[in-house]
Amino acid sequence: MSKIKVTFEKLKEANKSALIPFITAGDPHPKDTVQLMDTLVENGADMIELGIPFSDPMADGPVIQRASERALNNKVGIKDTIKLAKDFRKTNKETPLILMGYANPIEAIGVENFIQLIKEAQIDGVITVDYPPEESREFVKKLNEQKIDSIFLLSPTTEDERIKLIAEQASGFLYYVSLKGVTGAANIDIKQVSEKVNNIKKYSDLPVAVGFGVRDADTAKSVAEISDAVVIGSRIVKEIEASEKNHIFSNVKKLVESMKNAIDSSKAQ
Amino acid sequence: MQPYDLPDEFGHFGQFGGTFVAETLIEALDELREMYTKYKDDPEFLAEFHSDLKHFVGRPSPIYFAERLTKQSGGAKIFLKREDLNHTGAHKVNNTVGQALLAKKMGKPRVIAETGAGQHGVATATIAARLGLECVVYMGSEDVKRQSPNVYRMKLLGATVVPVESGSKTLKDALNEALRDWVTNVSNTFYIIGTVAGPHPYPMMVRDFNSVVGKECLEQMPEIANKQPDAVVACVGGGSNAMGIFYPYIEHKDVKLIGVEAAGEGIETGKHAAPLTSNSKIGVLHGNRTYLMQNAEGQIIETHSVSAGLDYPGVGPEHSWLKDSGRASYVAIKDDEALEAFHNLCKVEGIIPALETSHALAYAQKLASQMSSEEVILVNLSGRGDKDINTVANISGISL
Ligand SMILES: Cc1ncc(COP(=O)(O)O)c(C=O)c1O
Repeated sequence: MSKIKVTFEKLKEANKSALIPFITAGDPHPKDTVQLMDTLVENGADMIELGIPFSDPMADGPVIQRASERALNNKVGIKDTIKLAKDFRKTNKETPLILMGYANPIEAIGVENFIQLIKEAQIDGVITVDYPPEESREFVKKLNEQKIDSIFLLSPTTEDERIKLIAEQASGFLYYVSLKGVTGAANIDIKQVSEKVNNIKKYSDLPVAVGFGVRDADTAKSVAEISDAVVIGSRIVKEIEASEKNHIFSNVKKLVESMKNAIDSSKAQ
Repeated sequence: MQPYDLPDEFGHFGQFGGTFVAETLIEALDELREMYTKYKDDPEFLAEFHSDLKHFVGRPSPIYFAERLTKQSGGAKIFLKREDLNHTGAHKVNNTVGQALLAKKMGKPRVIAETGAGQHGVATATIAARLGLECVVYMGSEDVKRQSPNVYRMKLLGATVVPVESGSKTLKDALNEALRDWVTNVSNTFYIIGTVAGPHPYPMMVRDFNSVVGKECLEQMPEIANKQPDAVVACVGGGSNAMGIFYPYIEHKDVKLIGVEAAGEGIETGKHAAPLTSNSKIGVLHGNRTYLMQNAEGQIIETHSVSAGLDYPGVGPEHSWLKDSGRASYVAIKDDEALEAFHNLCKVEGIIPALETSHALAYAQKLASQMSSEEVILVNLSGRGDKDINTVANISGISL
């Protein structure tokens, strides 16, 4: 069974939602990435999404764009991202690790090579933002052969037929993009998200994670109530960006803790 | 012979093209494809389109025999398809009129566009003004600087111009930003892409709207030159003016099709914008698979060209297909060669060409000198150079 699945089953037994923070590899500096990942786990991350820097992140808002630019200025690309993931695995074998990125870097180093490398780094899942199911059948097949989950996005405009199609190719979990827009955009409408998540669940038994607009603990709490996982990206990346160098880890710790407490309090009653 | 019928229903030209976008855009693209399929052969829509091209744009554009240029080059006769005479000064408006009409049919009150040289932005702002649509144009901040007359033009026409500060601050980044706007405002917004790139159906749709250029040439060439051309030459940024003139000639196998990319400071320097000529690797950007300038790890690399409209690291997927299939060939012209051709056309023919177009002109002159006087070259004079006078003056050390 995949680590992602095991994690979701454990959380389900405990009646909890998962906290999935996102950071970009190599931001603010490659030597910080593993320590940041450890900090996320120590303070409640159930899984980690690690962003692969890309020069043209067209689905990302300004915060994650800038993180990508900083990482690229540090010369961190797809290969270093995988290396950093491997370093993280030296001391953490349990926490599911998901790579999130765009198709071009993966194709540039070669799909087979990419899959080989991430298998060695014990990566559990991949989100390729600009690979819709129609264009990624071969890729998904190859990931599945290596027991790596392929995670797909669903959007507020995804129609039922398409939810079915995507659910058939997806594994690990489904990632519901909670708003029309890019990462880090405006606040989300919980009622609408709740309806959508329930609708998705009609077509799939996979856990549903919600992300793209969760910016504070209150929102995290309400999202946790209606879904299986809360993805927090721009808010954490922003914290990293805004923090003075020697406060990055303590600030991220505080932020993740507060998110975790909010999420854990959601289904308690 | 099998008729040319690409792309397939998924927008593939062989291994190129397709729909590589985040899920957030799929629904919008489905809707667009459906509506375009519905209207592209609809007699009423086409009548409206052609009426606008005639009365608003001023089509058909003439073909002009460049007699003095021909003499100077010494060889094949050079004919110019005068897209510079269109309203707004370039071929871009053909596509813009088509897409804006579609936006109107789809009930979208707001249009957005990306622009490099500003020609597409101006064309979009123009048609938006005419149809009463709100218009937002994204433009790399580098391009805002070097194409300032067009920025002001767009503002005069009532458009909002948003300078894009991310990445290399040029056309590709403007496209990223426009895509981001589109996902955010998808319900009321139509994205008018300005070249034959982007996800399906854009490469096909933009080609179709621009193919009015080649269709007119098919009729005009026998009248003015007594024959179809031996070679058709067009500059290639994303490739819309080239596809527009190439497309109707694809099945005329004895007509050579030649696309001219920007060699910038020279292919060997790495400072260029010529993905096809420099043998770049295949990659995925802006919704399609195509030849793409990138480093070993798939990061898109910065391009260099004196002309903002050619400063793009990719190329429309159909050009990648035409290259691989051998039906078209691609060459590149350097900044200084293009500038020379620019000045030359001003003096010899009394036409100020766009810097983009000047690349095609420079190559056409080289080619003409290797051909016989019985032979005929048709150049797509894609736009006029008024927008470029600041750039050219600057390079010549003159302040206006
Ligand atoms: C006059 C002119 N020609 C050519 C181009 C290049 O675009 P394309 O390759 O799509 O024709 C531009 C782009 O701005 C332009 O303004």
